[in-house]
Amino acid sequence: MSVALALQYLVAGLTYGTIYAVVGVGFNIIYNATGIINFAQGEFVMVGGMTAVTLHAFLPLPAAIAGAVLVTMALGALVEVTFIRWLGRPSVLRMIVITIGVSILIREVALHVWGEQVRALPYFTGDEVTALELGGVRVSPQVLWSLGTCLAIVAALWFFFRRTTLGREMRACAANRDAAALCGLSTRNLVTLSFVLSAGIGALAGCVVSPITYTSYSIGAGLALKGFTVAVLGGLGGSGAAVAAGFVVGILESASVAILPAAYKDAVAVAVLLAILFLRPSGLFGSREAERLRAS
Amino acid sequence: MSLLEIAGVSKRFGGLQAVKDVAFRVEKGAIKAVIGPNGAGKTTLFHLVSGVLAPDAGEVRLRGQAIQGRPTHEIAAQGLSRTFQHIRLFAGMTALENAMVGAHVAGRAGFLAGMLHLPWTWREERALRERAREALDLVGVLPLADQDATRLSYGQQRAVELARALAGGPELLLLDEPAAGLNMRETAGLARLLGRIRDRGVTLLVVEHDMSLVMNVSDEVVVLSYGEKIADAAPREVQRDPHVVQVYLGEDAC
Amino acid sequence: MPRSRYARVALLVAAVVAVQLATEWGGKPFFLTQLTMSAYYTLVAVGLSLLMGFAGQISLGHAAFFAIGGYGSALLTTLDLSPARGSAAVSLLARTGLLAARTDLSGAEALSVAPWPAFACAIALAAAVAWIVGVPVLKLKGHYLAMATLGFGTIVHSVVLGTQRLGAADGLGGVPAFRLLPGLAVGGGRAARVENYYVAWGLVALAMLVLGNLVESRVGRALRAIHGAEDAAGSMGVDVGRYKLRTFVLSAVLAAAGGAFLTHLTGGIGPGEASVMKSVRYVAIVAVGGMGSLWGTLATSATLEFVSLRGWFGTLDDAAFAVVLLFVMLFSPDGLLRLDLPAALRAARGRLSPGPDAETEP
Repeated sequence: MSVALALQYLVAGLTYGTIYAVVGVGFNIIYNATGIINFAQGEFVMVGGMTAVTLHAFLPLPAAIAGAVLVTMALGALVEVTFIRWLGRPSVLRMIVITIGVSILIREVALHVWGEQVRALPYFTGDEVTALELGGVRVSPQVLWSLGTCLAIVAALWFFFRRTTLGREMRACAANRDAAALCGLSTRNLVTLSFVLSAGIGALAGCVVSPITYTSYSIGAGLALKGFTVAVLGGLGGSGAAVAAGFVVGILESASVAILPAAYKDAVAVAVLLAILFLRPSGLFGSREAERLRAS
Repeated sequence: MSLLEIAGVSKRFGGLQAVKDVAFRVEKGAIKAVIGPNGAGKTTLFHLVSGVLAPDAGEVRLRGQAIQGRPTHEIAAQGLSRTFQHIRLFAGMTALENAMVGAHVAGRAGFLAGMLHLPWTWREERALRERAREALDLVGVLPLADQDATRLSYGQQRAVELARALAGGPELLLLDEPAAGLNMRETAGLARLLGRIRDRGVTLLVVEHDMSLVMNVSDEVVVLSYGEKIADAAPREVQRDPHVVQVYLGEDAC
Repeated sequence: MPRSRYARVALLVAAVVAVQLATEWGGKPFFLTQLTMSAYYTLVAVGLSLLMGFAGQISLGHAAFFAIGGYGSALLTTLDLSPARGSAAVSLLARTGLLAARTDLSGAEALSVAPWPAFACAIALAAAVAWIVGVPVLKLKGHYLAMATLGFGTIVHSVVLGTQRLGAADGLGGVPAFRLLPGLAVGGGRAARVENYYVAWGLVALAMLVLGNLVESRVGRALRAIHGAEDAAGSMGVDVGRYKLRTFVLSAVLAAAGGAFLTHLTGGIGPGEASVMKSVRYVAIVAVGGMGSLWGTLATSATLEFVSLRGWFGTLDDAAFAVVLLFVMLFSPDGLLRLDLPAALRAARGRLSPGPDAETEP
């Protein structure tokens, strides 16, 4: 394999890895706050992208994206309030099945609203043939937009969780919900906030990669599975680990076409997931949580 | 050769040394009690013997064979059975069905034989049912056989769990706080029951807090404190041991 | 509802006959086709009910086993070995009666594997895959188990969708009929509609009998014990790991059988049968029927699959199953047949009331 080809795989891997990373981060936020694995995470990405395309028909691009993010955040809140909030502490299994049901519902509504058509936002700068020369590889500026957005999201989340009161409250809620409640924190609203946050970052990621990857009503489930892979690989922990894991998965997937038929590309991330679950469920960055879930 | 031999067994959980270098023997036909304040490591010890946990160090020998670290079902097949500190009955099943699962080790019918309902399994099922009924009868809850096990009263559930542990005909029975939640009359009944069980040839190792039961019924008593063995003798001697008294200072030792 | 499984099977047979006669008199004999297909989907559902309800293991990828059975049978019965007719291997197979000559869709002569050996191979493959996948997967718990099974299902779907030899997006067609016994066949088009209906539901009745036997047996008790209190079951001598694996394989075999039969019935199979939506559908049906209730699952599957196949859900087909699943999971996770709506609503109202965090359950 030539260096140029390898770099192409790298760039493609980073691009898709961005979105997987953000979905993974979204999983982490909700999981850390509630212990729930929210399978509908992928749908937030889809709704963000699709809504932005619709809004762009009569709004300038930045406004369309902002609007899409807000709409998706509202959806996140709606999902939490309708399906999660009043359930108390149901079993893990029940929750996962419920979030799968929710993701299908969102998907079906999307199908009826937007049809089967594949859509995309326009490139933020330039168009599909614009390319920058970086180290002998032609890279679309959109890739840099994605990477930049991903890093901005991670930085913003870091700031939020470390430096703001609200973020600290959410961390408290994640660490020990009962203790947080006893301290007077409104844990119910903090849980809703975790859904809102995850939805928002998912939507933003969906917008920023849609010029390259396109969006359609059915991309949610695959993204959820790959995002979950990333989250587990990163040890269901912090954003940094998730981003690193996202890039690993993205690059592995992208490079797989060198040895596997392209039709099997989607299965690569899943194979990675199974490998981690069987071999090292605590992921690359370790977490006791994962080990506890293996039968002795 | 003792029926059960525990040698230098230790177990740590993170920063906590739950069991430290514990060693003692249980002779066949005996009733041996394990006592100690809360957190002394008694239930952990049971888990180490029955296979729920594997020790970090040491050996557990049943009839001379090392069983530490083996899976629970293998140890059960060797003739060791147990009850649990918090009732672990099978939900959605009657008392009789719970007891019949206790007799699982006495059966052989597998998937294929079960699906095809082969004639030899009919005899085996009858035999398992008989064992289960006998166990329920011994414990005194046979009339409750067809009732949903988890709907029974606390005392009745404890009895069913004991019957379940007996139904397989174990040689060694581990009882984890059998008198918990029982009043004085029920405790006296339990003491008599333990005697009857021993008379049938079952050796008993009992974790208990109720001192009157322990003193009446046991042949020997092991005292644990902070995971270490501090005494191992006949009940009267243990009662007089100054170290034991000190450990229980402040506790109601009647 | 009689308690004895023999009585229930007899009731099922009676109901099956009654329904067939009703469709004749009601002038809707074409309902039989969808009812027959429902029967084969029901085989998948009851196997899954055994796994989820008794062994307590969720599988979000069970459609994969259906696909392995279906594609396995389809591939073997439609491949053409006649170019290799002269080779030693092929002539050996031909002499042992494992091959069958047939005319394919274009009218040419072809030599393929006969349906019975093909069926056996497909089932054996499904069992082997279930065994290999089951060993590591069943050691997982909670959402890891769920996601691993989902992942497995996705891989199989990707494989059948992306492999040219398996027909890629179009799937495989031209699958011949399957003669089970002289006079009893699966497939054969509209002329054999009534025959197929009885064969299908006969197979379901047989499966219910066999599974009913299992549930009442020593193994069945052990499975229920595993579901009730896994650690205690182990302490009573139940080899939990082994039983879970065998139940997983059994449920996979049932699903594969359903897939194989349905493929012969309709003459083909497509990648949609391996999709995540299909797997979710099976889970929804088991959840509604009550996990651990084989008969509840049968009733639910027969009804919902029939309604779906008739197209009465329209374009909202997938959404319908999602809604059903959500409804059951939110209000009545023990199955709709044990629904206590007033209690569930009261509990919900209690948790939504303002004041100190009302979420923590006692």
